[in-house]
Amino acid sequence: MIFPARSDLRAASVSVNATSAWPNRYDIAVFALIAAALVLIVRAAHDMGLPLAQLHAAPVTLDPANLPNYALRTTLRMFAAILSSLLFTLVVGALAAKSRKAELVIIPALDILQSVPVLGFLTFTVVFFMGLFPGSQLGAELAAIFAIFTSQAWNMAFSFYQSLATVPRDLDEACRHFRLSPWLRFWRLEVPFATPGLVWNTMMSMSGGWFFVVASEAITVGDTKVQLPGIGSYLALAIEQRDIGAVGAAVVAMAIVILIYDQLIFRPTVAWADKFRFEATAAQARPKSWVYDIVRRTRLLKRSVAVALRARDSLQQLPASLWGRWPHHWSLPRVSSRLALASDWLWLAVVLAVTAWSLWTVVAYVRAKLGLADLREASWAGLLTLIRVLVLIATASVIWVPIGVWIGLRPWAAERVQPVAQFLAAFPANVLFPFFVVGIAAWHLDPNIWLSPLMVLGTQWYILFNVIAGASAFPTDLREAASMYRLRSWQWWRQVILPGIFPYYVTGALTASGGSWNASIVAEVASWGDTKLEATGLGSYIAKATEAGDFHRVVLGIAVMSFFVVLFNRLLWRRLYTYAERKLRLD
Amino acid sequence: MTIQALTPAVEPNTLVAVDNLRHLYDRGVVLDGISLRLRDGEILALLGRSGCGKSTLLRIIAGLMPATGGDVSLDGQHVDGPADGVAMVFQSFALFPWLTVLENVELGLEAQGVVSDERRKRALAAIDLIGLDGFESAYPKELSGGMRQRVGLARALVVQPKILLMDEPFSALDVLTADTLRTDLLDLWMEGRMPTRSILIVTHNIEEAVFMCDRILVLSSNPGRVVGEIKVDLPHPRNRVDPEFRALVDDIYVRMTAREAATPARDGVFPGTGIGMVLPRVSTNALSGLMETLAAPPFDGKADLPPLAQQLHMEVDDLFPIAEMLQLLRFAELFQGDIRLTQAGRRFAEAGTDERKALFAKHVVAHVPLAAQIKRILDERPGRRAPMLRFKDELEDHMGEAEADGTLRAVISLARYAELFAYDEQSGTFSLENPT
Repeated sequence: MIFPARSDLRAASVSVNATSAWPNRYDIAVFALIAAALVLIVRAAHDMGLPLAQLHAAPVTLDPANLPNYALRTTLRMFAAILSSLLFTLVVGALAAKSRKAELVIIPALDILQSVPVLGFLTFTVVFFMGLFPGSQLGAELAAIFAIFTSQAWNMAFSFYQSLATVPRDLDEACRHFRLSPWLRFWRLEVPFATPGLVWNTMMSMSGGWFFVVASEAITVGDTKVQLPGIGSYLALAIEQRDIGAVGAAVVAMAIVILIYDQLIFRPTVAWADKFRFEATAAQARPKSWVYDIVRRTRLLKRSVAVALRARDSLQQLPASLWGRWPHHWSLPRVSSRLALASDWLWLAVVLAVTAWSLWTVVAYVRAKLGLADLREASWAGLLTLIRVLVLIATASVIWVPIGVWIGLRPWAAERVQPVAQFLAAFPANVLFPFFVVGIAAWHLDPNIWLSPLMVLGTQWYILFNVIAGASAFPTDLREAASMYRLRSWQWWRQVILPGIFPYYVTGALTASGGSWNASIVAEVASWGDTKLEATGLGSYIAKATEAGDFHRVVLGIAVMSFFVVLFNRLLWRRLYTYAERKLRLD
Repeated sequence: MTIQALTPAVEPNTLVAVDNLRHLYDRGVVLDGISLRLRDGEILALLGRSGCGKSTLLRIIAGLMPATGGDVSLDGQHVDGPADGVAMVFQSFALFPWLTVLENVELGLEAQGVVSDERRKRALAAIDLIGLDGFESAYPKELSGGMRQRVGLARALVVQPKILLMDEPFSALDVLTADTLRTDLLDLWMEGRMPTRSILIVTHNIEEAVFMCDRILVLSSNPGRVVGEIKVDLPHPRNRVDPEFRALVDDIYVRMTAREAATPARDGVFPGTGIGMVLPRVSTNALSGLMETLAAPPFDGKADLPPLAQQLHMEVDDLFPIAEMLQLLRFAELFQGDIRLTQAGRRFAEAGTDERKALFAKHVVAHVPLAAQIKRILDERPGRRAPMLRFKDELEDHMGEAEADGTLRAVISLARYAELFAYDEQSGTFSLENPT
């Protein structure tokens, strides 16, 4: 845990003299867990640094006994990525919020990067990182970790930036009034205020990340073929050897990993973050986690955390002791505002020039080998994929919205189903692909149609659990009024519940659609041993170009897909979002 | 009780000196030529209605924002940022929800770099002083409003401030709780148990100012100016039903309703003229309710504002905009702390729904220039429709964006009741057609 609980600090501070320093039984349980985790991490980290030759000498095998080790390696990649994303978020998000010049660059960049297909990146990052660490597994590892990072970091940084921009005015004034140093302000005001949003985004990113960690372990770029030890590689091998039993074993292993992640990480973190919610009143239904409860009951652990926190906070006294108390005069004096404006424009011009130059470089690179016909081909493929995404999201909505509403309005059902929906959203759907592929191949179905559902296989759950959340939060008085006036059937849906859950639905559908674009790269081409299935679309276009090591087409494909996603977001999702924000807020 | 002239004397025991302060915000003059002195050992009130810039003035004194012009000094030192020896209590309490009571109180000490043992000792002492014993480890969301503001007070007192600034400190609390807190604070002050040497309270509550303060500065609105200074010599503890207390409250009411001699005569008290008049949003229910109350006994068409406010359980901030809107519409007249219904006002109070609406529409068209103009343009246009933005742009030539928005909302609300014209939120258009 990065930001330990405030209550830890409290207990350690108020009752310092009352409690003894002796560990209690909860300490023993938690320390056993931590020690075991450390041993495993050290072992796996050692393996990561081994030369590539080792990998060729001892390749991934289908022996189920190896699966726990593979699962561990997969999980570790995941955590390396999430920690880098968190660090990136704190630095870049804070930078964007505090410096106008940085904001001008970072925010549009994050906006675009969010739309770039993650798996498209892989082609370049593998080449780049392998070149950085020639002959070592570390290069391939870093490429995989970077792929997961790119699937997580952007929206986390965005969330953090937005929180910093909306810090409540009175708390900001209190901080300035008491002259908190920037360091203390960051940890006392900004990070706590941003925590609920950031934690939720991180957990969502992490759920999405399992998909990419599986997809990025077995990579083929032209002649470079790497299979990092992990569940993804195990699965790839199982597909190659048509071993349905091994696929089943991979599914079970993945399910166990996600279950552990859900119980040990997701739930405790969400429960812990609840205390940072900026609300005047205590909420009725608070997230619960048994692991979090145990950690809260530890004694020694809490004291260590308190000591660490105090060390962090005393860091702010370092500059204070050097040049006295933090002065905190007003930022920019008004006289220089014209100067500031001028320098902003200058900066903007520089940024635009660099952007134009980069764009031109990309265009020049693609044009060296490809012509207008290729652009037409890629755009056509993009249109097909767009139609798939639209149809699939619509279908998933028609199925899951009524079910989600039904569940959400019944607290006992919501309580049981919501964790399952979150679990399913985190479960990497690509592990399940082989079952579908076997079916399609066996019955000779049209891959153009039947491969498509794979794109929403993993992402449809976002719609479900957001709708459940929306329906659960629907005010009781409105429900009662609706039943008093006997609103029924279509009128009830149209005037009562659909407007009520709409903001939640848009959030879910937006996430699902973004995930589906990404999934298209692994869903539109599938294989089972020698059987190759392919659906025409931008995903398969990029996937084929990657396998052939055709960088020009990969660049073109990524560019076209980013363009489609940005356009789709601007024309559809963002409008729905604004509409929901303006018209349908229930507070 | 004496009423002094407006001459800020330069005295040796002055803690805060504000000279000729001017502040502009978003096209408007918020504060204009403010001069004041906060002296050692006094509690001073800045009394004014919402929007008169009194909170802005407090923030400028606190060093939270720079003024457009003029000078503020603390103990002879020019203020150019949050200074030592000053602490502030916020209207919204401004407590950190993720910190416990103890941590919230320790915050200011921590920023000063006080070592943790010393910090704890002093924070616990402040918590003890303010009557928060036993709540050290609670989170703000577990506390009632009164307890939260006690935390705010403890957090301010723990840094041993020479000057305590209070921004509407009790206005977010219920009447009973606010009273208890005021009395407790006065007790600490009288018994010399606070390290503070002067207190500056910003408030819109006349009784609160008279109850607590040694001196009251009355601020006018639009722009904010000091229009009166009242010295309160009543002995503590003060009694609200004491005739002297009541007389003082009445006197301040008169001052706050009096038109300034300096400002040119114009249409009522709202800033701006013609369609550029900035209007407050007042519920039409409140307008008709006030007219009914005034027409009925015991007032019979004429009332003193203080007893009226008391009967309606309203504060100045709630009552004044309603009364002034009635004055603008010529349904009532405000004079020297009195409100009197006009002929039209009486007729309105006695009429039935349809007649009321017709009368109201007539007065809105006659006396609210913006409503008249919207109506005229709608009448002229063939489609009987006009976009709201057209008027908003025009308004923004005269006032800031937020004010333009508020004024349009106010006019829409008046026009809807009067059935003058309709407004469609979805498309942002005015039209003459009413849904049938």
